[in-house]
Amino acid sequence: MELVSREYAGAVVLAPDGRLDHDNSEAFRAALQPYLDAAARPQRGIVLDLSRLAYVSSAGLRCFVLAAKQAKAQGGRIVIAGMQPVVAEIFQISRFNLVFDIFASVRDALAALSAEATAAFDRG
Amino acid sequence: MRVRFWGTRGSIPVALTWRDLRDRIALALVAANGRALDTLEKAHAFAESELPFSIAATYGGHSPCVELETGSASYFICDMGSGARPFGAHVMARQAGAPARVNVFMSHLHWDHMMGFPFFVPAWVPGTQLRVHGCHPDLEAAFVRQQEPPGFPVGFSRLGAGFEFVQLEPGKTVEVDGVRVTPKHQLHGGDSYGYRFEAGGRSVIYSTDSEHKLEDTTETHDFVDFFRDADLVVFDSMYSLAEAVSVKEDWGHSSNMVGVELCQMAGVKHLVLFHHEPAYDDAAIERVLSETRRFEELTREGAPLVVSSAYDGLEIAL
Repeated sequence: MELVSREYAGAVVLAPDGRLDHDNSEAFRAALQPYLDAAARPQRGIVLDLSRLAYVSSAGLRCFVLAAKQAKAQGGRIVIAGMQPVVAEIFQISRFNLVFDIFASVRDALAALSAEATAAFDRG
Repeated sequence: MRVRFWGTRGSIPVALTWRDLRDRIALALVAANGRALDTLEKAHAFAESELPFSIAATYGGHSPCVELETGSASYFICDMGSGARPFGAHVMARQAGAPARVNVFMSHLHWDHMMGFPFFVPAWVPGTQLRVHGCHPDLEAAFVRQQEPPGFPVGFSRLGAGFEFVQLEPGKTVEVDGVRVTPKHQLHGGDSYGYRFEAGGRSVIYSTDSEHKLEDTTETHDFVDFFRDADLVVFDSMYSLAEAVSVKEDWGHSSNMVGVELCQMAGVKHLVLFHHEPAYDDAAIERVLSETRRFEELTREGAPLVVSSAYDGLEIAL
């Protein structure tokens, strides 16, 4: 699975592409780890942009919650943006919609993290 | 083979309150407004065909007790939760005075899985043969201890049945009265064991009180092998996935979504959600069932997996 990253005034946007399931969830978790380590500064945020994620299994969802736990312990925050309808439905069935702050777009998610990140996003 | 559910609730029995009953009667009356339900037959037909299960019925409140009718003359029962009391009444009625032979398979020795045993009437009847199977070394001691004072007024030694405690080993298949039985170790506080039953070309898995570590691919593959091509899997789906991997991690239970995924990987035909959270009312269990069926649709790649939610009194013929 490809994990595309972008940065906006310190906020990182990570966009997994494809399917996240039992077969690749541990690889995804390992790919996520450097961004979590780098985000070990207070107020630093991560947006998981799920607009290119076609499917997520229980093992993939677990990766999200582990990442959120680590970010929270470091004083940071992970939010979700841009879910496709199927993934949004899986979040609802799993009750992960109650665990994460979820936004319709990456811009909305960045706006929840910081004004600087939003401004950087708007500058393109 | 036929599977009959006598107790389906996890952790502790629950019962409808007067308020629950009053509210659902009110909902049923509103739904029936304008209908000419002037006979019991018409009212029954309306309740069965037009009302949601959570209004017309209830998932029920007994703690785990599941019977397998295998074609053998002896009874097969998984766990002795509070559902063992009505199961005992069923055995007494069916035997009509003839001695019964009952094979019990214990997933583990937690209270909710054996609390019904002192109220299992056939155990008090001389002539009954009771064979209690399990993988815990303190199987017999747990049954004896449950009836010691001050917890219960009549000691185990006063029971009239003949007892045999049979120690099983995980992964080792045994034949019990014509049924092949394979236990499997499961992750739960103090350990638990699932059972695979095979008879007459059918296979049933009883897998409750079992947490699944999603990051452990070896464990996942082991369970897929254990469930492989089963006709029916009775699965611990007590929590939502979000609870199971966060606030209730290491509490020893699983979720509906993991049940679907394992059963799909294993080519199982029918998944039964089991060990319902005692805090859930009937509407909540019904919603979980509906969402689980939807998740199965979303993730289906091969043949459809039938998904049901266990309720006290449910019977499934295989």
